[in-house]
Amino acid sequence: MSETVLSIENLTLDLPKGADRAHAVHDLSFTLARGEVLCVVGESGSGKSMTANALMGLLPPAVKVSGGRAVFGGRDVLSLPEPERRALRGARIAMIFQEPMTALNPLLRIGEQIAEVFEAHNLHSPAERRARALALIEEVGLPDPQKIIRAYPFQLSGGQRQRAMIAMALALEPEILIADEPTTALDVTTQAQILDLIADIRQRHGMAVMFITHDFGVVAEIADRVIVMRYGEAVEAGPAREVLAEPRHDYTRRLLEAIPSNAVPRPERVTAAPALELRNLRKTYRTGGGWGRAAREVTAIDGISLSIAKGEVLGLVGESGSGKSTLGRAVVRLVDPDSGQILVGGEDMAALSPEALRRARRKVQMVFQDPYASLNPRSRILRSISDGPVAQGVPKQKAEARARELLEVVGLGADAADRYPHEFSGGQRQRIGIARALAMDPDLIIADEAVSALDVSIQAQVLDLLRDLRKRLGLSLLFITHDLRVAAQLCDRIAVMQKGRLVEIGPVDEVFLNPQDPYTRSLLAAVPGAEWADGGAARAEAV
Amino acid sequence: MAIASTVLGRLLKAAITLLAIVVLNFLLIHAAPGDPAAVMAGEAGAADEKFIAQLRERFGLDQPLHVQLWNYVSNILQLDLGYSYRQGAPVLDLILERLPATLLLTLTAFGISLLFGVAMGVAASARVGKLGDSAITGVALLFYATPLYWAALMAVLVFSVWLGWLPGFGYETVGADYTGLARVLDILKHLILPAATLGLFFMAVYTRMTRASMLEVAQMDFVKTARAKGLPDKVIRRRHILRNALLPVVTLAGLQAGQLVGGAVLTETVFAWPGIGRLMFESLEARDYNTLLGVFLISAAMVILFNIVTDLVYRLIDPRIGATR
Repeated sequence: MSETVLSIENLTLDLPKGADRAHAVHDLSFTLARGEVLCVVGESGSGKSMTANALMGLLPPAVKVSGGRAVFGGRDVLSLPEPERRALRGARIAMIFQEPMTALNPLLRIGEQIAEVFEAHNLHSPAERRARALALIEEVGLPDPQKIIRAYPFQLSGGQRQRAMIAMALALEPEILIADEPTTALDVTTQAQILDLIADIRQRHGMAVMFITHDFGVVAEIADRVIVMRYGEAVEAGPAREVLAEPRHDYTRRLLEAIPSNAVPRPERVTAAPALELRNLRKTYRTGGGWGRAAREVTAIDGISLSIAKGEVLGLVGESGSGKSTLGRAVVRLVDPDSGQILVGGEDMAALSPEALRRARRKVQMVFQDPYASLNPRSRILRSISDGPVAQGVPKQKAEARARELLEVVGLGADAADRYPHEFSGGQRQRIGIARALAMDPDLIIADEAVSALDVSIQAQVLDLLRDLRKRLGLSLLFITHDLRVAAQLCDRIAVMQKGRLVEIGPVDEVFLNPQDPYTRSLLAAVPGAEWADGGAARAEAV
Repeated sequence: MAIASTVLGRLLKAAITLLAIVVLNFLLIHAAPGDPAAVMAGEAGAADEKFIAQLRERFGLDQPLHVQLWNYVSNILQLDLGYSYRQGAPVLDLILERLPATLLLTLTAFGISLLFGVAMGVAASARVGKLGDSAITGVALLFYATPLYWAALMAVLVFSVWLGWLPGFGYETVGADYTGLARVLDILKHLILPAATLGLFFMAVYTRMTRASMLEVAQMDFVKTARAKGLPDKVIRRRHILRNALLPVVTLAGLQAGQLVGGAVLTETVFAWPGIGRLMFESLEARDYNTLLGVFLISAAMVILFNIVTDLVYRLIDPRIGATR
């Protein structure tokens, strides 16, 4: 074992009175050795981010350290006065965050934001700071450093911004890098690149990395050791290999089981009659232009034809910007396509008048990604679900009775109807979203990243519900996701989109086990922990 | 390059808007009952039909409406705003004579309100929930709720009548004939009360907005990034929070700037300030069409001009606006 750089001893963090539990973190102890990657794994609310924030001295004011020590460089950093903690921040312990889109100041150039790290610690002249920023930009693999240093954050993609964040963290060669879900908001291929970069700089600079994640795939990819946290306590800790292969604690086992495995299910047989048929659908966005400037064109949907049979689940997979969400929205005409046909039960949605469209929309319903934002916070659940049918002319009493029935169907119980959205958890709200879609008695449901915002164990429950509903009600589903493993769990066929085009479509087992298009192959290869999950699949099949 | 073409485009649109305003104003004023000939005849004490008809003929008021409109618009295009029969002087001269006083007053008020408003907002946000915060927000609320004319009258009563510190009305001391620095100081003394009064309301608005905006931005992720770098609080507050928090304040300041010419009627009246606002008020009472139209035109032009300026300022501080990726 190499030298220990950080040792956390019996750390306890108090939550304010009235929170759902007394401690954000309770009696947590672990050590971090030079050059190792320690993954702290847990679902939302497990206290993993709070631990990191406590180390950095970035806790929200309401959360207090009430016990324990964090020994770093021979001193307990938790009890240091603020000026000394500030001197450590960024210099000897650095941190990167989950949301690269919002973690950079939108008004300052990338170069200024990197150079600021030196300024914060009164190092170097302005010219030297700039030169070093340039070198850092180069080191983290950003293209065209001379241009990037002058660029503003909005001119960079998510992956590039995360690289810029890493450049800042690297600036003063810290001993510890804390990475708080740094790849969660990124596409699989970008995620794979960032994971590579972190592994690479760990090796080159010999720093210790505390990597916070909820994704065991990521753990398999990068971790040397793992701590699994639940409700603010460590339930299991050990070398990554051991924890992944032979989890000892029940909770770890459940988490691992909840991960969609690569054991691809056999597609169900479906009838030939299509619930949805797209013919040569096109949509191009034009931005800018006017006063002599050329407009910028982005083709979101580039001549796509596909069909979904009655009772079939079609998975639409692609990275952000591939046009998959635009396609989903075009089907319900939330986005107007430029040309092509959208046949739902033989009726062309693309050609309908506004009035006819209003009536026809009943046939296709959407379940959205963000369960928090997609329910009106001031309406009771009953109203949220029954509003649609009432608007279509169903008598109010009948619609409300049906709403209660549907809440039973999605596993919430009829009395959920009289409560407000804030009284439910994310997973429960997504069930409400599904009930709302079902209330319209649709021919087709479009689920746009419907489980992406949920923790793995909740995700597994909602996927179970969708599978169950599909069997019982014969639902047709267009399941849009960026997560290949999730798609494999639920879908009969998979369609892969890239830059507005359909690059591959076929039965789920064929697409996964024998992908034809190089893009599909690269997507599959980029899934973190792919090899480990394959092993899991083999194990599952052996059972 | 991009900026130049944007400005050009905006100016062209502004010209069209301005023309529409001219036509609209003209029609609106002529829709009001009574005409200047009747007023002048009344004041001359001779209300007989023949005299009024004579006056109308002399000033072209007997022409059909569209001819009058055409004459007016074509004159304006030659920068001829017409002649004020009431004041016996060209409208343009009248306006140019009054404009400096108004701009002096409104720009000072604008500067005071922006400077103090933002400073108070920043100070309040740094002490959020504490006594200092309550005091600042309390004062801001008071200013916000006080009617302008009442504040103006009280200011005159307290500082001019009771305390005798500052002159209560006028632009400079009449008959003193100061020159040079003495005159500047004299004008400044006269300026303090009306400018402070006029600025109170917007100062309160800026205070509240800056405070709320600072608190909102302080919660954002990039502020946490800045703290993680080890930057001192002072730098974080100035460079990261304030800069972003100022964006909505700039929008509002643009709105206020649009009122620089026409928005001081009440203040100018209370403090007997010889500006555009009072000119407008007097012309309104006297049905002095040409002067009124002239004032409207200049005010409208100012609103449009400051809208363009605001947009340009916005582009300067926020790189995301108008950038072509």
